[in-house]
Amino acid sequence: MGGRGEGMTSNYAETDVVIVGSGPVGLFAVFELGLLDLKCHLIDILDRPGGQCAELYAEKPIYDIPAWPRITAQGLIDNLTEQIRPFKAEFHFGEMVTELERTEGGFRVRTDNDTTIACKVVVVAAGGGSFQPKRPPIPGIEAYEGSSVFYSVRKMEDFRGHDLVVVGGGDSALDWTLNLQPLAKSLTLIHRRPEFRAAPDSVNKMLALRDAGLVSFQLGQVTELKGSDGALQGIVLKGAEGDSEIVATRLLPFFGLTMKLGPVADWGLNLTENHVAVNTTTFQTSEPGIFAIGDINTYPGKLKLILCGFSEAAMMARAAKKIVHPNEKVVFQYTTASSSLQKKLGVA
Amino acid sequence: MARLTFVGSDGTRYEVQAENGSTVMENAIRNGVPGIEAECGGACACATCHVYVAEEWRPVTGSPEPMEEDMLDFAYDLRPNSRLSCQIQVSDELDGLVVTVPPRQA
Repeated sequence: MGGRGEGMTSNYAETDVVIVGSGPVGLFAVFELGLLDLKCHLIDILDRPGGQCAELYAEKPIYDIPAWPRITAQGLIDNLTEQIRPFKAEFHFGEMVTELERTEGGFRVRTDNDTTIACKVVVVAAGGGSFQPKRPPIPGIEAYEGSSVFYSVRKMEDFRGHDLVVVGGGDSALDWTLNLQPLAKSLTLIHRRPEFRAAPDSVNKMLALRDAGLVSFQLGQVTELKGSDGALQGIVLKGAEGDSEIVATRLLPFFGLTMKLGPVADWGLNLTENHVAVNTTTFQTSEPGIFAIGDINTYPGKLKLILCGFSEAAMMARAAKKIVHPNEKVVFQYTTASSSLQKKLGVA
Repeated sequence: MARLTFVGSDGTRYEVQAENGSTVMENAIRNGVPGIEAECGGACACATCHVYVAEEWRPVTGSPEPMEEDMLDFAYDLRPNSRLSCQIQVSDELDGLVVTVPPRQA
């Protein structure tokens, strides 16, 4: 994944609402909050908007979006992005919220990329949780994570002079093979089959490096790690001709992403089977000022449908407005008739 | 219609009646077979409905399409008889199919 970790930047902002997650429901929340004059920042671990719609099934048609007999998931995200443009929300991509702290005037949200945002309301629209790298089924791999085993490359320099093993057959595996080969002492790419999911151009470049003797490409699966105290020394490769050992001081497995609830679980919210319990009048969680909408919440009768998430966003926005502007009287208005709403949308 | 048997990783057998045209994954979810997660809902985008097809059924279920092969790269404990159950469509021919659920999906 790109976008993430190209140098740490210290970053501070103040806003009305921080939305955790930029899937369809998080995006539409910007619209409903925007109509009520609330400014939003969105934080998402992926490098683009869309959440599961973008990551899991971008080209698949969805048939139950009201008034859209058929729309692709990416088409839906593109439309939502256009719909919320008037509200000029700020996006923080490739970042995960790691800390949520209550302050006198609201909350302070911190991310793993050193972004700090002060806000009055937090909206958790994190779907199935955050997309995190899948851990390959190698016994004892946890002991090497963060010291010898990495699931992403933050700084290429960290891999200079190492005996590097990259595992996988997708774009991440191929891209990092090509990028890290010049720095590595040795580089072995391991994939379970000769076909790749990656861009053909990257595959051809990798094969050229192999033919030049600069990359070793091996078919098979990693079954065992050798080393001690988090310092990797080698891996066992199970190939068609049995087991062999390869010298390795760094291992980079690229096995795709899985959804984990992640740090949301540590924010003191009442959870029911890994979902955040909410009050259905306001979509507020057990913590005042923290709301949860879309797939991540639960309540009696909950349906995990995008269309329900949209409705939840609208109702949540009303309650959020009362927290941010407690003294302002909100008049119920329709976008078809209200000139003040139309002005906010830039169409009046 | 076909009768499908899911064997859990603990050996428990789950027998279900499946309609033609549905996927093996859908029948696991509808009948609450433990160990089939189907995170992406059947889009062949996640490899969390991974099953092992019983040897004698492999010729009938066939081989994975390239897109399924790509996703199988991400499956836990891959074996030659690994398939994603969302990509196996039920037909009369599959009456009696037996698949085993791996101990974990990811």
